[in-house]
Amino acid sequence: MAGVLVVCEHLSGGFADITFEMLGLASSLQVGEVSAVAFGSMADRSGELGAASTVISAGCSDDFNPEEYAAAAKSAVETTSPDLVLVASTSMGYDIANPLAATLGIPLIAYCTGIEPEEGAFVCTSSLYGGKMGVTSTVPGPAVVMMLSGAHNADDGRIEGSPGVSDLGAVDTPGRVRFKQLIEPDQGDVDITQSGVLVAIGRGIGGKDDIEVAEELADLLDADMACSRPLVDAGWMPKSRQVGKSGMRVKPSLYIALGISGAPEHIEGMKDSATIIAINSDENAPIFDVADYGMAEDLFDVCEELIEELE
Amino acid sequence: MRFAVLLKWVPDLVEDLEVDDEGTGVDTEDLKFKLNEFDDHALEQALLLAGEGDEVVALTLEGDGAEKMLCTAIAKGASRGIRLTGSSSLDTAGLADSFSQALGADTYDLILTGVQSVDDRDGQLGPVLAARMGLPCVSVVSEVGLEGSTAMVAKEYSGGMVAEFEVDLPAVLGIQAASEAPRYAPVSRVRQVQQTVDLEEFAVSGTGASSGSSITGMAQPESGGGAKMLTGLDELVEVLNGLGVT
Amino acid sequence: MTEHEYQNFVEKENAVIDGIDVSGIWNRMWEPRELTGFDFTYLDKVTSLPGGASMRACYQCAECVGACPVDNVGSYGPRKLFQRLQRGMDLFNHPDLWLCTTCNNCLRVCPKGVDMMQVMPAAREQAILDGNVPAELQEMLQNVAEYGNPMGESARRRTRWTKGVEYPVRDLSKDPGEVDVLWYVSDYFSYHSRGNDAARAMVRVFNHLGVDFGILGRGERCDGDSQRLCGETGLFEELVEHNHALFEQNPHQTLVVSDPHAYNALKNHYPELTGVEYPVQHYTQFLAGRIDQLNGLLTGEFARKVTFHDPCYLGRHNGEYEAPRNLIETVPGVELIEMFRCKQQGYCCGGGGGGMWLDGLTADHTSERLSENRVREAVEVGAEVLAVCCPYEVSRFEDAVKSTGNEDVLEVLDIIEIIDMCIG
Repeated sequence: MAGVLVVCEHLSGGFADITFEMLGLASSLQVGEVSAVAFGSMADRSGELGAASTVISAGCSDDFNPEEYAAAAKSAVETTSPDLVLVASTSMGYDIANPLAATLGIPLIAYCTGIEPEEGAFVCTSSLYGGKMGVTSTVPGPAVVMMLSGAHNADDGRIEGSPGVSDLGAVDTPGRVRFKQLIEPDQGDVDITQSGVLVAIGRGIGGKDDIEVAEELADLLDADMACSRPLVDAGWMPKSRQVGKSGMRVKPSLYIALGISGAPEHIEGMKDSATIIAINSDENAPIFDVADYGMAEDLFDVCEELIEELE
Repeated sequence: MRFAVLLKWVPDLVEDLEVDDEGTGVDTEDLKFKLNEFDDHALEQALLLAGEGDEVVALTLEGDGAEKMLCTAIAKGASRGIRLTGSSSLDTAGLADSFSQALGADTYDLILTGVQSVDDRDGQLGPVLAARMGLPCVSVVSEVGLEGSTAMVAKEYSGGMVAEFEVDLPAVLGIQAASEAPRYAPVSRVRQVQQTVDLEEFAVSGTGASSGSSITGMAQPESGGGAKMLTGLDELVEVLNGLGVT
Repeated sequence: MTEHEYQNFVEKENAVIDGIDVSGIWNRMWEPRELTGFDFTYLDKVTSLPGGASMRACYQCAECVGACPVDNVGSYGPRKLFQRLQRGMDLFNHPDLWLCTTCNNCLRVCPKGVDMMQVMPAAREQAILDGNVPAELQEMLQNVAEYGNPMGESARRRTRWTKGVEYPVRDLSKDPGEVDVLWYVSDYFSYHSRGNDAARAMVRVFNHLGVDFGILGRGERCDGDSQRLCGETGLFEELVEHNHALFEQNPHQTLVVSDPHAYNALKNHYPELTGVEYPVQHYTQFLAGRIDQLNGLLTGEFARKVTFHDPCYLGRHNGEYEAPRNLIETVPGVELIEMFRCKQQGYCCGGGGGGMWLDGLTADHTSERLSENRVREAVEVGAEVLAVCCPYEVSRFEDAVKSTGNEDVLEVLDIIEIIDMCIG
């Protein structure tokens, strides 16, 4: 077995949690050596990547660049010839994994939540259809698999060590995509990543008017308001309140999800909450798989009754 | 400028999904389909970018929803609709192959498609297509501006962070959200398009492209370990009291 | 632009006639005034649309101002719209286009026949074609087009409500064939929890009465009347085609509807597209026609003070004020109290003409919701129960009861629920 190559994702000078999740997963597969490719000056932090036996240092800029990073990853794969390449199923990962697999002519599995090796092949489970279906695929190595956040325990991969570092050398890119700047989000009035209790609303809230009910509840529970992406896109809530893949990662002691279906992109942002209560009139909503408590009721009925009770 | 928008017909998640008899696919009998919502955003973004004299061409694979998607796109302002015939492969690999053939038949300055779809098990179309065509691609884009022969795009990262890139055209963009919500296509206008406009066709030649993997099983995620379902307000209040938030 | 020759009167600075001071400075009656110096462009844009012509007829008598329910809580009505158009309002790009609930009270009192029921859909259609649709409405229209209901719920779930009722409900899509009564259930009865309550009550009442009835099943789609009034004629035509085919497939003696909007559509607008006159009755008319049989079955009592809200589309639009009242009064124990604005003068709940899905926009232009104003009226006449017979109304009025702080004062019930409570 020619081992696993993990493409290490980083932002603002630190490795993302998912990098350690993938390293942990790679180790647990026991299909050979685990190597990792780190970009730019992140290779200097190879001590954090102790779960890998080799770190490949790709001389790219520290700022993510789709062309550069995909080309470097390709070069890394050609150098190490792994059987399995793990890339994060994230914004950056989309621009690495897909061109990587396409240019190498190897298969790709997306939205993966688990991998089992099986005689030269890999059995992967993917979360598709907004989280409503788990799909199992068998893919022969070498293959690229994109891992969803939360598929594996990050701590398993957080191992200090001194893996050998090898330099990838210069990677040629046509330079058609040029990084300009990174823009931090507006803090807004509340940093929901620090909130103790969150009342989060989703499409089920109906209209902008109807947000009031949830706000009243939040008030009574001394909670902050949060939301899923559609409400930000519609302009009803500020971006600073968005929970999910391209929003905030929150860890409140209580997360109350109202009218949120539970698509994987949202779950990613709130699954670390200590307790999750979900209210959604659709009893098949995926949110109920990750929630601790649920009610398949109309959220307005529940809110109004609850508000009455609490007052 | 000529823009291409790639559209896909996908299962509507408003429905309860069931596994088919073979156990390797979604049961499509009775299942409602619709335009991939991200592709709708891609179309909207193209329409917003297109100016006087520009062309927005909508492309999709032939099938049940093709006419509706293309006619709706034209009703919204797209100039032409092209239906790809001769391929039934709905894998990203097959789609990328089919679209690259159709797109190669003309010059396009910017190709937009949705960032992902609910069923793209073997990868996201935008970057795969771009790799096939040797074009630059940025995915997860929520803002696009054009400046001569380049596009300025905003790519979303987690935590609300956004990275700006400059991209040389021609290029492919995977659209997460258009700058404005997709516009409304009045039904009368769509019907008018259906009655008066001729949709074009492009014959795709045998695509050997496949996902390279096979589906061996499909199941609804186990609910074991899922939520404890509460019935009635009292139980909910009890839980809240127990958590000390009331 | 003057149409008349005005005599050129000269004012005298000082004039006292017979002891009365008519000096020119303050008494400007004699000065020629332009009456028609307005730019008619914006008015013409409306009146040139098919259906928009009657707007021209307004001669500013202001009868409609007192009648318009929106003016009661804002500043609206045909007279004011005419004035604003004269002064350069682009109606197609203005919130005023969407505030009209098409309740018909203005037309009822208008001596010139200025017909908002024609003007509004015509102007709204133009606005939609130009891409000016309020976001809330766009979502609703998309839902109706995709799913056949304004909520955006799966069409497959349209008959879910039938599971909660003790009696079987014949689903004609699964058990086709002739039926005496084809009951067109409607969106809110099918999908809204309070509508489900009324739908189940209807099933029980039908069973007690031995009515041979059936429902269309999952294939039933929105009647389209409100969507027609929002300017989506294309969508309305599609819905008519679809529903008409289902009606034809299921031969029936009577087409009973739960919803006055469906009643209006089927009676007044479907026929011109399909060429068919439907044997349509609102459920209150159907039951009122069986009142003797009903009386024999009403063993329970409903000893409450009940007031009835005339739904615009059954009452004012179609002239039916008695059937619902007959039903209410026939229930033992009921004391029927009328509100001030009742029957022809009934005050609109705000749900018609698309209003059901425009509360966000309306809130910015009114001091309170029409439904809140109506609820306060019901409370003022001493009612304990506000009886309704339009599926839009239960949810509107229950929300209004809460927002006006009248939860312990006024209960909202569909007439069928009251009958169901007392039928034995």
